[in-house]
Amino acid sequence: MRAARKSEDDLHLNRRSFLRVSTAAAGGLLVSLYLDFPGQAQEGGRPARIYPPDAFVHIKPDGKIVITVNRLEFGQGVQTSLPMILADEMDADWSQVIGELAPAADVYKDPVFGIQMVGGSGSIAHSFQQYRELGARTRALLVAAAADRWHVSPASCRTEASVVYGPDKKSARYAELADEAAHRPVPEKVSLKSPNEFRLIGKRVRRLDSAAKCNGSQRFGLDLDLPGMKVALIAHPPVFGARAKTVSDKEARAIEGVRDVFEISLTRGTGVAVVADRFWQAKQGRDRLQIDWDLSGVEQPDTSQLRSKYQELSRTQGNVAVARGDEKALDQIAAGNRISAEYEFPYLAHAPMEPLNATVRFDGDRAEAWVPSQFQTMDQMAIGEVLGLKPEQVTFHTEFAGGGFGRRAVIDAHVPREAAAIAKRFRGTPVKLIWSREDDVRGGYYRPMHAHRVEVGLGPDGMPAAWRHVIVGQSLVAGTPFAAMLIKNGVDATTVEGAADTSYDIPNFHVTAHNPTVNVPVLWWRSVGHTHNAFVMETLIDELATRARVDPIDYRRKLLKPEARKLRAALDLLAEKIAPGRGKLAKGHALGISCHESFDTAVACAADVSIENRRPRIHRVTVALHCGLAVNPLTVESQFQAGIGFGVTQLMARGAITFKDGRVEQRNFDGYTPPYIVDAPAIVEVYIVPSTEPPTGCGEPPVPVISPAVVNALARLTGKRYRSLPLATL
Amino acid sequence: MATYQLNVNGQSKRVDVDPSTPLLWVLREELKMTGTKYGCGISACGACTVHLDGIATRSCVVPVSLIGDRPIVTIEAMANDTIGRVVQEAWLDKDVVQCGYCQSGQIMSAVALLKATPKPTDTNIEESMGGNLCRCATYVRIREAIKSAAQQLK
Repeated sequence: MRAARKSEDDLHLNRRSFLRVSTAAAGGLLVSLYLDFPGQAQEGGRPARIYPPDAFVHIKPDGKIVITVNRLEFGQGVQTSLPMILADEMDADWSQVIGELAPAADVYKDPVFGIQMVGGSGSIAHSFQQYRELGARTRALLVAAAADRWHVSPASCRTEASVVYGPDKKSARYAELADEAAHRPVPEKVSLKSPNEFRLIGKRVRRLDSAAKCNGSQRFGLDLDLPGMKVALIAHPPVFGARAKTVSDKEARAIEGVRDVFEISLTRGTGVAVVADRFWQAKQGRDRLQIDWDLSGVEQPDTSQLRSKYQELSRTQGNVAVARGDEKALDQIAAGNRISAEYEFPYLAHAPMEPLNATVRFDGDRAEAWVPSQFQTMDQMAIGEVLGLKPEQVTFHTEFAGGGFGRRAVIDAHVPREAAAIAKRFRGTPVKLIWSREDDVRGGYYRPMHAHRVEVGLGPDGMPAAWRHVIVGQSLVAGTPFAAMLIKNGVDATTVEGAADTSYDIPNFHVTAHNPTVNVPVLWWRSVGHTHNAFVMETLIDELATRARVDPIDYRRKLLKPEARKLRAALDLLAEKIAPGRGKLAKGHALGISCHESFDTAVACAADVSIENRRPRIHRVTVALHCGLAVNPLTVESQFQAGIGFGVTQLMARGAITFKDGRVEQRNFDGYTPPYIVDAPAIVEVYIVPSTEPPTGCGEPPVPVISPAVVNALARLTGKRYRSLPLATL
Repeated sequence: MATYQLNVNGQSKRVDVDPSTPLLWVLREELKMTGTKYGCGISACGACTVHLDGIATRSCVVPVSLIGDRPIVTIEAMANDTIGRVVQEAWLDKDVVQCGYCQSGQIMSAVALLKATPKPTDTNIEESMGGNLCRCATYVRIREAIKSAAQQLK
C-alpha cells in the first residue's frame, strides 16, 4: 500500500478553469466535451495541455470504471495498456476497469501528432505521460473529495483498489465519491508514482478484449447492424483513375433486395455503387453489372516496365537524403574491395483480416459514422466535406478493427468518403459500405515498390569505409498535407528511413532518393520505409561480416555508432541468450542475424532456418529488444512474436502485388498470400532489455528484422545472396 | 427467395433467402450471429469456419440450399461445448488474440482438431490449422493454446 504523496498538499489548483461537469441522474463522473484551456504553458515549444479527467474516466455507481482509449484498438493492445497506465496512477481496482474506444473529438487527438490517429508506433510513447497524469488527477480529485467529507488533510489519506482510506479507519469507495470529485477544480500539478510504486505498469497483464474476441461477441465495424441499414458495394475501375463510360445495370437491378445502382465519383476516377438490403444481394448485383470503362488519359502501370525504369533510375544519383564524409572516397577504393548490389521490392497489400468498411447515416444537418479508423480526424473531416457538414456535425464512432497495419490511416480517407457519398442519397438511412477482399487486394494503397542500388567500399579492416546508396520508390505523402512535414530536400523521409539514419558508423556515407510518380496509390505499411531499408542494410552488413570472416553479431557491434546504445544493448542481450544453442544447430539449419532500430525501439534478431520444399522453414526466432519501460511486457512479447510473423509476408512466394496493362494481377488470398501457420516461426522467444526510460513503440519495430535474418540464414545454407523480393523458389 | 429451416446451435431457425446465399451471410445478416466472420469469400482464410455436421467447414462457400438438416455449430455455442470451453479458456490463458477478427475461425478449427485428435502433434496442428489465416500472425500462441487445451482435456 502506498502512503499519500506529500506534494499533494501543494497541489496547484487551476482557478482559471473548472471542468464543465454535468451530473447524470445516475451519478458519477460524466464524459463530457473537452473544455479548452486558455493560456497553456509552453513546454519544449509545444503547449503542455492539461487533459480533463472527465473526458477519459467514468466511475459508475456500481464501481465499474470506464476508461476512454484515445486510439483505435486493432490488435496492438492499447485498449488494455492505456487503461493500465491510468488505472495505476489512479489506484483503480483493475478487475472493474473497462476500456472504451473514444469517438472523434479534439480532446482525443494524439498529444504529439495533433490529430486523432494510430501510427508511428506512438500510442504508448505519446500517451504514457498523458494517461499517467489523467490517472493522478482523477485520484487527486477523489482524495480531495474524501478529505473534504472527513474534514481531514488529503495528505492523511491513501488509496488502493478504488478506495480512499483516511484517518481513524475511515474509508470511501471511489464510486461514492465520484459526484463530489466531479465538481472539484482539476489540479494543474500532480505528483506521479515512482516506478517502485507501480501496481500495473510493468506487469504482465492479460488483454481486456480477449473474452469477447474468443466467444464471437466482439463487434467490429463490419458487424454493425442498425435498424433499416443498407449494404453497399462499389464496382471500382480496373485501372486507377478510369471512369465508367457506359453502365448496363438492368440485371443488377433485377436482383431481389437491390435498392439502387448509381455512378459515384471516387478519389480516382468513378465507380458504380450497388445498394441492397443484404451483402449477398449487393454482391450479386455488382457481379451482374456491365461497365465499359474509359481508360483514355489514364496511365496503365506495368510491373516489368516499372522494374526497368526503377533499375535505371537507381543507377543515377537522386535527391540527397544524407551526405556524410567524402562522396568520392568510394571511387578511390580498389575494385577488389568494392561490392555493388541491386535490390528489388514489390508492392505489398496490407490485407487486414477485416475487410475495409464504413457506415454512415446522413440526416441533413448532421450525420453519424461508424468506422474502424486509424485516422479519425481525417475520416471525420472527409465525411463532413462530402456531406457539406462541419466535422463536428459528424458524430464519429471508432469501431474495433480487424487489423489495419496502416491501411486504415489513409490521408484521402477514400473509404469513408465513398460511404458518405452513397449515404447522401439515402437520407436518414444508415448505409454500410463494404470493400470485398477482391476490392482490397486490387484497390491500391500499397507499400510502394522499390529499387535500391548500393556500392560499398571496404577499408583494410574489412569494415565499410564508403557507402553510396540510391533508393527509388514513390513518395507516400507528395501532394498531401503531410508533405511539408515529411519531404525535405525533395526526399520523402519515409522512403529513406532506416537507411539514411542508420545506426552504423560509416565514415563516407551517401544516400540519395528518387520519388517517381506512378499511377498506383501508395500507403504506409507497418514499419513503412524500414520494411525495405532494414532488409538492404542488414543483408549487406551480413555479407560484409561473412566476407571479413567475423561473427555477424561482433561485426555489427563493432560497426555501431557510439550513440546506438539501445541497439547495442539489444545485440548484447541477444548474444547472451543464443550463446548456449549456437553451436548445436540441427543438421541443415543455419542461424541468420539482423538488428534494426525503428520508432526508437531497438531490436536484435536470430532466426534458426532450414530449407523445406524449396522454401525457408523458420523453426525458432530469438528476439532481444529495448523499448524503454515495457508498460505491459505480455503485450510487448505478443507484439514481437506476431509482428515477426507478419514480417514474413515479405518473404512469401506470392507476397507481391503486380500490374499488367494497368490492372492488378492478384485477386484474393489465392494470388496474394500472406503467411499461414506453417510459414511463420513455430517458436519466438522474446527478451526485453530492462529499462525505466520512457516507453517507445512496439507495433512496428518487430517487422523489419525478420526478413533479413531469414535470408541471412539462407545465405549461410546456400552461399547465395537474396536481393529480390518476393523470395523466389530456393 | 426460398425458405429454409436450419439447425443452428441446436435451435431450429427459419430463413427466407436466395438459395445461392452462402451460409456465412445467412448467419451474419439473417440470424444476426456475427461471430462468424467474412474474410475472403473463397475459403482461403478460414475466418468463416463453422462446424457443419461436426466437420470444420468454410461457411463462405456453402450455399444455404445445400445444407439441409445437417446441424450447424458456430462460435456462439462454444461456451456450452466441453471441448469448446476448454479451448476458449486456453485462448484466454495464453492471451492469444490481437485484433481478434480471425479467432472465431481459429477456435472452431482448433475444436474440430481436438475432437478428432485429442493429442495433436505439431504436424497435426499445422495441417488442421493450415488454412486459417491470422494476419496479425498470432500463430505462436495459437500453437501453445492448442497444446495447453489438449493437456487440460487429458
